[in-house]
Amino acid sequence: MSHVPTPSQTVGPFFSIGLSALCRPGIECAGEKGNRVTIRGRILDGDGEPVPDALLEIWQVDDVSKKPYQGERTIERTKTLPFGFGRIATNECGEFQFSTRKPAARRDEDGTIHAPHLVVLVLMRGLLRHLVTRIYFAGEAANEEDMALKLVPAERRETLLAMPSPESDNDLRWDIHLQGERETVFFEM
Amino acid sequence: MAEPPIFGKLANGTQPHYLHPEYRSSVKRAPTRPLIVLPHTLSERTGPVFGQDMVRESDRDLTAQHAGEPLGERILISGRLLDEGGKPVRGALIEVWQANAAGRYKHKMDQHRAPLDPNFNGFGRTLTDAEGRYKFISIKPGAYPWGNHANAWRPAHVHFSIFGAGLLSRLVTQMYFPGDPLLAYDPIYNCIPDEKAKQGLISMFDWENTSPEFALGYRFDIVLRGRDATPMEK
Repeated sequence: MSHVPTPSQTVGPFFSIGLSALCRPGIECAGEKGNRVTIRGRILDGDGEPVPDALLEIWQVDDVSKKPYQGERTIERTKTLPFGFGRIATNECGEFQFSTRKPAARRDEDGTIHAPHLVVLVLMRGLLRHLVTRIYFAGEAANEEDMALKLVPAERRETLLAMPSPESDNDLRWDIHLQGERETVFFEM
Repeated sequence: MAEPPIFGKLANGTQPHYLHPEYRSSVKRAPTRPLIVLPHTLSERTGPVFGQDMVRESDRDLTAQHAGEPLGERILISGRLLDEGGKPVRGALIEVWQANAAGRYKHKMDQHRAPLDPNFNGFGRTLTDAEGRYKFISIKPGAYPWGNHANAWRPAHVHFSIFGAGLLSRLVTQMYFPGDPLLAYDPIYNCIPDEKAKQGLISMFDWENTSPEFALGYRFDIVLRGRDATPMEK
């Protein structure tokens, strides 16, 4: 490694100027047959105050991105955004909402199990580098065997689970607690 | 058919810690519990791929988004997007945003008592070419005060957002200008432990790309997290 990696710097409070053009409340997926789900929640800081200036980037591996790359970079996407990618800002109340198709579970050749999940990058003023977390689906049988969840202390796993609402299994709730009793699990990669 | 890249580990000290008390906003927003170390899976080795048709050629000219030209010192920012191994990162989406020449953002939350420029949005984007090169035309942003501490001023900077070959090389950063006296006092710039990495955030004055009778050149090369030099066996 001959080159020093460029350091991360905070996205700051005014990112909407540069990053809004790709904000979408709906994530399109290629070949995904899972239910259309809506995930909504809030982001709260260490005082329990809502974070009105956060940005979430969601990524999920679908049938297209699972395929081996064709050469350098495969361009496969919708007309507006790549499949499986979403960018959502919180509103004045620190709330966010997006919809997607629930991804399928995967099994690697070596037998490693990945329960259905979404990867979430969290960016905001105050974060000098983005946070990485995941959304899993409560009640999913494969969660018990998921390689990432198994690394998380049992008492903290719940912070990664989107919970279905009493009305509908396709309407889910998932909050991010940046600090405190219920601090969300974040990953070092 | 190539597999999605296997990424290495970022060198110690090149990235900020989440908690940096001198930067006040980090105190209530940085995680307090240890991060869980996760092996890289397909979910992070892959990432969104953006295409030519999503970006117009004119999107990289921040001075041409209105009928009139923005006020300020015209600048050309160019550079290469590389990985740690020095390999160009091609077809990568770069989004930039910045304050105007007076140090004011076109944003409802920016309360700085400096004028807006009706001819400046402060937003641009482009894709890197086959050699990883990119270029923006803009105006030099102004410094501006902020509430972090008494008499706090942000050095002039341009925000950069970059998508590399996979989610693991996602980078959001800020580019600074050489010789800015405010850098010494800025807790955001100074949050980087490694001095050489920190210096990498400062663009270089670029005489070669300075365009006669038109604009000053600044060069800003960006290095993304690279592939693992010693890939694990399958």
